[in-house]
Amino acid sequence: MEALLALIIGTLTACGVYLILRARTFPVVLGLTFLSYAVNLFLFAMGRLVVGRPPLIDPSAAAYTDPLPQALVLTAIVIGFAMTAFVIMLALKARAELGNDHVDGMHEP
Amino acid sequence: MRQSGRIRPIGSDPRLLRIGHAAPESIGPMQLVFCVITPFLGAALAAWAARLGPNVAAWIAGAATLAAGGWLAQGAMDTFAGATLVERISWMPTVGLDLVFRLDGLGLLFALMILGIGFLIVLYARYYFSPQDPLGRFYCFMLLFMGSMLGLVLSENLIQLLIFWELTSLSSFLLISYWHQRAEARNGARMALAVTGMGGLALLGGVLLMGEIVGSYELSAVLAAGDLIRSHPLYLPMLVLILLGAFTKSAQFPFHFWLPNAMAAPTPVSAYLHSATMVKAGVFLLARLFPVLSGTAEWFWLVGLTGLLTLVIGAVIALFKHDLKGLLAYSTISHLGLITMLFGIGTPLAALAGVFHIINHATFKASLFMAAGIIDHETGTRDMRRINGLWGYMPYTATLAMVAAAAMAGVPLFNGFLSKELFFAEAVGVASLYRFGWLVPAAVTFAGIFAVAYSLRFVHDVFFNGKPVDLPRTPHEPPRWMKVPVEVLVAICILVGMLPALTVEPLLAVAAAGVLQGPLPDHNLAIWHGFSPALWMSVIALAGGGLVYLGRRPLFALADRVEGRFEARRGYDWLVAGVFTLTAWVTARLDTGSLQRMLLFFVLSALLLGLTGWWGQAVPLTGPRPLLPVGPAGGLAALGLMSTAVLVVVLHRQRLTALILLGAVGLGCALSFLYFSAPDLALTQLSVEVVTVILLLLALYFLPQTTPAESSRIRQGRDLLLALVAGGGAAALAWAVLTRPQASIADWFLANSLPGGGGTNVVNVILVDFRGYDTLGEITVLALAALGIYAMLEQLQLTGPARDDQGRPWDPDLHPAIMASLVRLLLPLALLVSVYILLRGHNQPGGGFIAGLITAVALIMQYLANGVAWTHARLPGDLHPLIGAGLLIATLTGLGSLLLGYPFLTSTFTHIHWPLGDFELASAMAFDLGVYLVVVGATLLILIHLGLVHDASHPSADQTADASGAD
Repeated sequence: MEALLALIIGTLTACGVYLILRARTFPVVLGLTFLSYAVNLFLFAMGRLVVGRPPLIDPSAAAYTDPLPQALVLTAIVIGFAMTAFVIMLALKARAELGNDHVDGMHEP
Repeated sequence: MRQSGRIRPIGSDPRLLRIGHAAPESIGPMQLVFCVITPFLGAALAAWAARLGPNVAAWIAGAATLAAGGWLAQGAMDTFAGATLVERISWMPTVGLDLVFRLDGLGLLFALMILGIGFLIVLYARYYFSPQDPLGRFYCFMLLFMGSMLGLVLSENLIQLLIFWELTSLSSFLLISYWHQRAEARNGARMALAVTGMGGLALLGGVLLMGEIVGSYELSAVLAAGDLIRSHPLYLPMLVLILLGAFTKSAQFPFHFWLPNAMAAPTPVSAYLHSATMVKAGVFLLARLFPVLSGTAEWFWLVGLTGLLTLVIGAVIALFKHDLKGLLAYSTISHLGLITMLFGIGTPLAALAGVFHIINHATFKASLFMAAGIIDHETGTRDMRRINGLWGYMPYTATLAMVAAAAMAGVPLFNGFLSKELFFAEAVGVASLYRFGWLVPAAVTFAGIFAVAYSLRFVHDVFFNGKPVDLPRTPHEPPRWMKVPVEVLVAICILVGMLPALTVEPLLAVAAAGVLQGPLPDHNLAIWHGFSPALWMSVIALAGGGLVYLGRRPLFALADRVEGRFEARRGYDWLVAGVFTLTAWVTARLDTGSLQRMLLFFVLSALLLGLTGWWGQAVPLTGPRPLLPVGPAGGLAALGLMSTAVLVVVLHRQRLTALILLGAVGLGCALSFLYFSAPDLALTQLSVEVVTVILLLLALYFLPQTTPAESSRIRQGRDLLLALVAGGGAAALAWAVLTRPQASIADWFLANSLPGGGGTNVVNVILVDFRGYDTLGEITVLALAALGIYAMLEQLQLTGPARDDQGRPWDPDLHPAIMASLVRLLLPLALLVSVYILLRGHNQPGGGFIAGLITAVALIMQYLANGVAWTHARLPGDLHPLIGAGLLIATLTGLGSLLLGYPFLTSTFTHIHWPLGDFELASAMAFDLGVYLVVVGATLLILIHLGLVHDASHPSADQTADASGAD
């Protein structure tokens, strides 16, 4: 399972890196979203992979997974949304001001 | 009840703890703290009160100075009795950071000078400035400087001293550039800041080294560790760094050039900063660290030689300056060199003489600067070739200035003579130690000759020497109160000069004891010491000075010819120009204005950094942790997730398709969280995914529906390669971590969640309780992002396409009736679910973040299905109060615990019995409610206002919405 998750993280990173290097704003925003998926999964994985032991205190539970990375990632997901929203608004603003959606804003519309 | 603020498993570095416990504990009344704080408070008050008139600002500045003096006086009596007062306010005890103040003899002497001369300057400045000059700003800056200076001389902690050191640099920058409309003032201020700032940086390095050597930054520990410091292998680098700080501040050669350029400041500033306080900070540091740094050959040569060079160079240049303040500036440099050299000589008696000259120089130089200011004020110029014969116009001021100038020259019966005699005697003492030692008294006498010559020039050129030449104004005596500060200082010069034992001796003794941190050497502050070598040197200096001044004309002609050829500021100018060229070159190379290029650099450097960490390490990639088995479902889901992600990249030119597939990838991530025991994360990811896709859909409407193919094959190949390497690196890193066993601090959270936080959902308890402060910061960021987006959208005018990318017009039925009705029916249900999720969050997966997102989705669905007009008619559209209320509730919950005497955000909880069972009510729930409100408000604010841009671009939409909403 660890290998699969590592591969997922790698794939998401690769997709994100390829997309943020594109010339138009929308793919770059998609790329950033990919990168935040990858980063969130990676941070979460710092608590190692445990199946079926959620961090809910229960007298009958023998062990729990690490709750700390989860708490960190939870807020990271929400902040990631705020960041995506901000970037896409910047893209819209650039489109309105410059008349095109090139990331460098210098090509003709 | 539990104090969540106390437990900090992270960041308890034992090395830092060691530093924290080095100093003696002493808790007493806080008069030193108040003494330092009072000027800062006065600064704010004076700036504000200036609107009530210039006199009010002056009164406030004077009162603040006197009040600070009052606080100081309470500790001064003990200091005279030989005690060292230490006051400590615990700030961050776990990392050894306290606010610690210290009052001993040296600190007392400096504090007295800062406050005493400061008070006179307050009075003087009131009459110096013209009505157009903003006095409130002057007094504000001056009090800021005064507070910084007091903090500097009263600090027990070296890091704290350094902070005040930098504050003096910053506030003096403001003071020098007071007349900021003048280019020379701006340049002078910038130069002073650059030079002293660089010195401050060096000093920081030196202080850090010293702290490393001693194991403490507290002066009492440092001063007791002299042998350890001097024998340490890092002694020399530490000494050089600290001396760089002291020499730049005290304008020692070759850093002296900033001081004459700082003369563009108003004269009260020069009188305060450049005679008694700012430039004395450097020699203060030498005196403060004298017991631990001195006594080595390195100290003797570095400090002594720098002082000697500065003494001679300053004295010679001073004679040839035609600007009144320029002469005084170079004379100040020379006298600072004298003091530095005394500390460099390193004998106890030399240190005592250094302290004595600090006092004397402060009094006569401050009064001379003030006299120069009066002359400038009355004549309108500072050029000594034009100001002549002022004796006829202002004999009283002339008398005062002549007395001060005599003290500066070292004429008997004035205070400067006494310390200069001590200095000459020390210079003679050095002569017998080295082979060419006789050069030292010779050079010192040479400087003495020039000191007499420039003092003579100051008196003769200005007050006699014929008639004034073409003055802008006709001079007369200044206002009464402008002369009082000069009178006070000149009186001190005479009293100390004639009756040293009765006047200055007690203060000098206690200050010198503070420097030496030990017994005082035998000294005798008498005017007559017999026919000693020092007396003969004085005689030679006085006679020689007279002769040099008589023969000044050929010397002046020579000086005019070489003027500007050997200026140290040229090196500075060259350096500054070089730095500008270099930065421009780097910027031009790196920042081409292309995001693609910058991101390429970014990815490349991240890869490079990762690889350098990896390279040459003989660590296996795979660790020993046992692996989880792969089930068929898990494997398939993972394959699906990865292939969908790749599909997004392949199809990314079809933007709508790519976006829908992206949503699927997000859901895949949510499934991964769910599978690996993170139900909270799965719920959050799920709801964020919905909001994100809606947001991107709304935005996509205004953007082209397809991405044109414009990158070349080569470029695509290069990016693909880069992406594969990055992905491979990330995968390898994740694999390396995942296969290694873990040592976590999680056990503490798991053990304390229920007894300490009152909740069984540990993730939620961490968010709202253990790390509640972080969460408060995060929802603040969320609120700020929403407000930023709101501000960006306000002015935005976009037109969307009338048809889709295949040329079909949009469906005129914007709000289909079945969907609208269904969504309305769903709303109460969705809200119920979100309230349930919010309430159970402390114990079961859920909480404010997730509930907020669910509510936001439910409400946004109303907008989507029913239109803005219909929804706004039923819901308040102004979301800012909601966000504000959320932040307020979260903060108030934290403050509530503060009010009850617990650290910020300490939670409390109790059990209540509901008919449905036992229920825990934690104050953290109120915090979670705040989180919930912020998330709802921020999400809605972003999406609704983007939706409003739609409506504005789509005039027909509202009518359709109304038609739909009306049925």
